[in-house]
Amino acid sequence: MNLANFPFSPPAASNFAAEMDLLFYSILALSTVFAVITFAYVIFYAIKYRAGSSADRSSPVYENMKLELVWIGAPTVLAIFFFVWGAKVYADTRIPPKGAKEIYVVGKQWMWHIQHPNGVRENNTLHVPIDTDIKLTMIAQDVIHAFYIPAFRVQFMVVPGRYTQMWFRPTAIGKYHLFCNMYCGTQHSEMGGSVIVMSKRDYADWLANNGSMRQNLTPVQAGEKLFNKIGCGNCHGPTDLPPRSPSLVGLFGKTREMDNGQRFIADESYIRESILRPGEKMLKGYANTMPMYDKQLSEEEVMALMAFVRSGASPSLPSSNFAAGVPGHQAQVNGKAGLNSNALEFNAESADATATSRGRDLAVGAMAAEKGDQKR
Amino acid sequence: MSTTVTTPIGSGEASPAPKTNYLTNGHSLRSWLLTEDHKRIAILYLISVSFFFMLGGAFAGMIRYELTSPAGNVLESDAYNRVFTAHGAIMVFLFLLVAVPAVLGNFLVPLMIGARDLAFPRINLLSWYLYTAAGTLILISCVSGGVDAGWTFYTPYSSLYSNSNVSLCLVGVFLGGFSSITTGVNFIATVHRMRAPGMTWFRLPLFVWAQYATGIIMMLGTPVVAITLLCVIFERTFQLPIFSPELGGDPVLFQHMFWFYSHPAVYIMVLPSFGVISEVISAFSRKRVFGYHFVAFSSLAIAFLGFLVWGHHMFVSSQSMYQGVAFSLITFLLAVPSAIKIFNWTATMAKGNIHLNSPMIYAIGFMGLFLIGGLTGLFLASMGTDVHLTATYFIVAHFHYVMVGGTVMGFLAGLHFWWPKMTGRLFNDNIAKWNAIVVFLGFNLTFFPQFIAGWMGMPRRYHYYYFAPEYQIYNILSTMGATVLGVGFVIPVFYLIKSLFTGEKAGDNPWGAHGLEWQTTSPPPTENFYYSPIVTDDVYDYDPVAEHEAIRELGAKRH
Repeated sequence: MNLANFPFSPPAASNFAAEMDLLFYSILALSTVFAVITFAYVIFYAIKYRAGSSADRSSPVYENMKLELVWIGAPTVLAIFFFVWGAKVYADTRIPPKGAKEIYVVGKQWMWHIQHPNGVRENNTLHVPIDTDIKLTMIAQDVIHAFYIPAFRVQFMVVPGRYTQMWFRPTAIGKYHLFCNMYCGTQHSEMGGSVIVMSKRDYADWLANNGSMRQNLTPVQAGEKLFNKIGCGNCHGPTDLPPRSPSLVGLFGKTREMDNGQRFIADESYIRESILRPGEKMLKGYANTMPMYDKQLSEEEVMALMAFVRSGASPSLPSSNFAAGVPGHQAQVNGKAGLNSNALEFNAESADATATSRGRDLAVGAMAAEKGDQKR
Repeated sequence: MSTTVTTPIGSGEASPAPKTNYLTNGHSLRSWLLTEDHKRIAILYLISVSFFFMLGGAFAGMIRYELTSPAGNVLESDAYNRVFTAHGAIMVFLFLLVAVPAVLGNFLVPLMIGARDLAFPRINLLSWYLYTAAGTLILISCVSGGVDAGWTFYTPYSSLYSNSNVSLCLVGVFLGGFSSITTGVNFIATVHRMRAPGMTWFRLPLFVWAQYATGIIMMLGTPVVAITLLCVIFERTFQLPIFSPELGGDPVLFQHMFWFYSHPAVYIMVLPSFGVISEVISAFSRKRVFGYHFVAFSSLAIAFLGFLVWGHHMFVSSQSMYQGVAFSLITFLLAVPSAIKIFNWTATMAKGNIHLNSPMIYAIGFMGLFLIGGLTGLFLASMGTDVHLTATYFIVAHFHYVMVGGTVMGFLAGLHFWWPKMTGRLFNDNIAKWNAIVVFLGFNLTFFPQFIAGWMGMPRRYHYYYFAPEYQIYNILSTMGATVLGVGFVIPVFYLIKSLFTGEKAGDNPWGAHGLEWQTTSPPPTENFYYSPIVTDDVYDYDPVAEHEAIRELGAKRH
């Protein structure tokens, strides 16, 4: 067996790997010193003072306040030092930089469904460009999963009913493991694949090719199309219309006051709840006239609507029944995609039929078969 | 030996020859099953927990053999998930939480404080019946159809998605919780009310301090998990919206409620073992425990702080970052009382007169393993490294070092130490010593490679890993170790049972240990003592220098 088949550490391929490994090896060094010294004393005493040995046992000590304070004080100081260091590294992983490229992830038994900003989708494989800040916005459709990329040293749970986020910046081209790391049922071990870090140019090529083949809408476009299809714009126009409907233009990130005086920031989870269960938080000055969309929209559809609202909720499609001419919309209309009426059903057959990177026919077939009866 | 057992006639007299002891006082099945004697209940518990330990071990063996190959081709995935759930549920709820308190604690707490029995003997019997009912239900749920939710029962998988016997298993765990509560209440009341005259708080053996601290956790923590598990049952059965977002519940709430109990529960598992180690190290070093007060209060500190760290299981589960920071800090501070214990035990050995009998070898093994188990906890308390390590094999290795290296080694040390007292017979100490070394080596070979596999990212609860063959070498090493470890756990069954039939009579105090339990006969009479003990001297009143002199004189005479 050669050493290449006998690795001791995971590949390091993200901006977090270096600082996390330094922390890991520092705790390892401290622990090793500590364990070896203490256990060496245990063994040394066991031999030196074994019954019948002639070691000097005179004036034994049973209490020593000074010694106790030393071995309470020293571990406490070291503990606080490593606490601060660990919290710092953790905080870095939790606060995504502004302008990070956003990728959406939906976890469901037993696959990862991933959508890139331009609408390209993939299952169980995540293609990312090197040296680019990537932010994942994640939600689960059924049970709790966890998105784990060991080579990037990042992991976060993907929870049903709320959005979670994580971010990283890949630093080495290659193919790395992607795991679901929260037990989620029969095929938990199958729920994963790989993360492929590409050069920026390769990534652009990859996006372009996949995009033209699949004729996808971007999440914002898909959201707008759905917005129009459901008829959200019939009420949510460019201006507030109390007591019936607030405008959603520029809503994202604002602080909203409720009728009971509570204030919430209009973030992803707030928007999601307001779509699914609008009665939960009533905006001050408005009545509860909106129907609930709970159980009527898939997580991908909610995510698309959320992406549209977040982008400013400004119309771009010609079919918009929303007063035109609101300035400042960012979505670039790809004429072909905009007219493709099937593009909305992006979570349906086409997505699940994509071979997983693990490449087991069994798994793909099983997943399709399980789709119908994954719930009791 | 200087704990004075004064009698109405006067001290210093040998105990009268025992006519009956607790084992011979009644031979019918009824006299065992309806006994209110804490010692007999301890024996009932010993038989039950040994059975469940062997069963849980068999499930562990199936996991290890399955993982030898990356393809996972022995079991189906559903079967594998049921096997690891059964292993976890049986080991945690039916062995680890119960073994040391209900077997050794039940037997020894009244003896050590000079009482005739626990404060509530009937409730003590009730706790064994609750445990038996719990064991039966968990066993039925695991064997007939199985449970696949993992022993942590995370929602909404356990509440709405799992198609297995989750509810039945949870009822079992619920009943087991009440068994635990009754034991805890019993210990607390006993230590407060039933100490012999002269047995002040600071003359209590540290084993009793540890049981007392454990009793507090059992009493305060277990009701919370009982409610939590009921909530899961209600959501499964009546679709009550509690944890599932589809119904309007909060899935992460379950994790808060579950770990609020289940982290302190880790201390229910190891604190009693800490108590055992204090007794064994002191007795076999013939020296009083160094820093007695620090060791005693560190148990209480662990019991208290243990309730404030549950969120460290949830650094990546969407609790707020600031919450996480607080939990991380308290978790780091919780390392300090454990360090205090280790240092004080080590210092106890200095200038002692160390007898390397089998309980001492187990205790030294405990210290080695618990050092690794405790220190690897730092990697997980540190939020930065926890992000990468949580839910990998690193966690699996860490908690096995604490649970098996701590609890099981402590249990074995205690079982060997007090076996002569419990049965009146001596076992073959030479075989036991070598076996302790086999267990220590087998354990390290099993679980150390898992640290590396986890650091490399191998997720726990994976049935196969054909897509990551680099993990195979560590799994092969681990399975080899598990084989050695399995042998190390089976051998004691043979030599301990053999000692019942052919072992030498033990005498009152075969190890030359100090403490009230060694002042009565082996096995003790049903009433524990022939005379009411009065304590006039300090705890662990050993004299290593005098004993050393005595050994030298003996040696000089022989030559």
